[in-house]
Amino acid sequence: MTNSRLTYREAVREALREALARDKRVFLMGEDVNRYGGAYACSLGLPAEFGDERVRDAPLSESAFVGAGIGAALGGMRPIVEIMTINFSLLALDQIVNSAATLRHMSGGQFSVPIVIRMATGAGRQLAAQHSHSLEGWYGHIPGIRVLAPATVADARRMLWPALEDPDPVIIMEHATLYNDEDELPADGDMSVDITKAATRRQGSDVTVIAHSACVKKALNAAEMLVGEGIDCEVIDLRILRPLDDETIIASVRKTHRAVVVDEAWRSGSLAAEISSRITEQAFYDLDAPVERVCGAEVPIPYPKHLEQAALPQPQSIAAAVRKAMRR
Amino acid sequence: MIEFKMPSLGADMEAATLVEWFKQPGDRVERGDIIALVETQKGAIEIEVFNEGVIGEQRVQPGRKVPVGTVLATILSPAKEPPSRPAATTTEAIEPKAPERRVSIGETPALAAPPRLRITPAARRRSADLGISPERLSPGPDGIIGLEQVPSGVEREPGLERAPRSRGAGLDLDEMRKAIGAAMVRSHRDIPHYWVVHAIDATPVFEWLEKQNALRPIERRLLYVAPLMRAVALAMKQVPELNGHYEEGVFRPSPAVHMGLATALRGGGLIAPAIRDADSKSVDELMSAIADLVPRARLGRLRSSEMTDGTVTLSNLGEGNADSVFPLIYPPQVAIVGCGAATLRPWIAGDVVAVRRVVHVTLGGDHRVSHGRHAAQFLTRLSELLAHPEAL
Repeated sequence: MTNSRLTYREAVREALREALARDKRVFLMGEDVNRYGGAYACSLGLPAEFGDERVRDAPLSESAFVGAGIGAALGGMRPIVEIMTINFSLLALDQIVNSAATLRHMSGGQFSVPIVIRMATGAGRQLAAQHSHSLEGWYGHIPGIRVLAPATVADARRMLWPALEDPDPVIIMEHATLYNDEDELPADGDMSVDITKAATRRQGSDVTVIAHSACVKKALNAAEMLVGEGIDCEVIDLRILRPLDDETIIASVRKTHRAVVVDEAWRSGSLAAEISSRITEQAFYDLDAPVERVCGAEVPIPYPKHLEQAALPQPQSIAAAVRKAMRR
Repeated sequence: MIEFKMPSLGADMEAATLVEWFKQPGDRVERGDIIALVETQKGAIEIEVFNEGVIGEQRVQPGRKVPVGTVLATILSPAKEPPSRPAATTTEAIEPKAPERRVSIGETPALAAPPRLRITPAARRRSADLGISPERLSPGPDGIIGLEQVPSGVEREPGLERAPRSRGAGLDLDEMRKAIGAAMVRSHRDIPHYWVVHAIDATPVFEWLEKQNALRPIERRLLYVAPLMRAVALAMKQVPELNGHYEEGVFRPSPAVHMGLATALRGGGLIAPAIRDADSKSVDELMSAIADLVPRARLGRLRSSEMTDGTVTLSNLGEGNADSVFPLIYPPQVAIVGCGAATLRPWIAGDVVAVRRVVHVTLGGDHRVSHGRHAAQFLTRLSELLAHPEAL
């Protein structure tokens, strides 16, 4: 088995290529995905390989092309719809919440909507408030859809196929700062990956740090910083934001008795709030400290670099929360 | 400055939980004032102070369980200036002060819960698993008891019992049974008991009671136990070897008779709070002391002196009960008087057989201090006293 080194962006492209090659029902649709190769260059080169019919540019109307994707899915296709950023996905929210997520239930199980919607999320690239928010917690609120957040190159490469196999809508959140991350992956062999379980990225005994997407790296950095202080962090990558894998989270908290939830989104009504709540509901008697949260500042993400970085969770602020949970 | 310590409220007590302070720093106290409420296995006990002065510093905060002998507060001599209140103690600086509560008459103060312990859920559970009362744990530097403050995997320390399930409730009968058990094991193991029984014609007492009560309003009527206690107390005065405390190999006779009265509690508990100076109280005074004491014992609201002062115990089975009893001495006392039911029996009075109300009185004594002869002296004297109740 040979390894190949690739970026998160290349991993997404490889996954798209695999999907287009494996299943004739699969097609990619979105703004600039054909001629421009996608806002984040994920589909660069794919039109030449698969033709304009299967890598389709869409007009500047998220509601229209997501709706078209839902219609195609109902008609038996396996569409992959790309939305440039999560901020713009709000224009398609009606289609996602009122149509994609509901049709199975409203048709008494007669219809399913096997659509995959990919979108870039998160801050850190100085794209200002209208391109930088982390609204994935809002999608985590909606029953009827599955929400994936690949934080690693491997997950970016492997999550798309099982997402397409899911008979219901799946949304894949790709953090914009991850596209240039590199990792080594087996070039062939079994590519299958589950899209139900969180992953423990670092084993530890003192405190459980729960993060997703770009914050996983930051949590791992914080964990390394804390080694010198004798604090042994366990880092959990949520991977799936809906439905949440309570089992992995709770088992870890039962072991460490302390939890820090890291979430780039705003604190109020956040995914971090939901996780914290589940921990107190299910592991209250195991807790040796209040659950700590490290979230984004409650402001529209600023444009200047120093302010943007200050508004986001950082290894230092995660480490500080861990120390607090450790009562140090 | 006087150090006011957690008193031992019985042979079986090793620790107690401070429930409430009734006096605050700066308050003036006099001998006999009740300054705090503590919870023991035998219920909530009001702690009295035996010195005059001004409360200085409170060293233990409500909710803490501390061993006997722990300094609870300092009492300054009355001349000294009272400290400015609030006297900030280290604990107070960290713990939010509980809202002040005044306990009104009629309310059971034991129901007023102490401030909640600042302990993490995991630490609370581990301490429960280990059988350690969380009140015994010292908080960390931030004032919180966490897992780090709970000894991990230690063996259950003797005397460390489960935290009372209903904090603040006056009585925990399970805990009380354990306490009685511990005291009786100690009594049975350490005290070489002997028992002497004497049958006494108590008819004159009952006839006297009937006459007395016919003349009295209901609330002043006497029960048989009042003249009985008076007679037992007077007889005790005659035999100092039966009245006092035996501690660390030394017997200290008591000049006064402080009579513990064994009191059965609903649900199976047993307690023997003392009536002080029973030998110098009249029958009426004893009756009102009993009327005050027994309901308080049943509510679990006794004073510290009542728990410790007893120099001898009277256990009266009462009417309709068994004929005689061979009770165990309550350490560190050296004797116990057990009375069976006063029942009608054939009795030789002069040269005829008469129907009389007869009570079998047992004197249980500590052979390290007294002998059968002392018991016989006591029982003979008791018999004489009960023959002339009007003289009691």
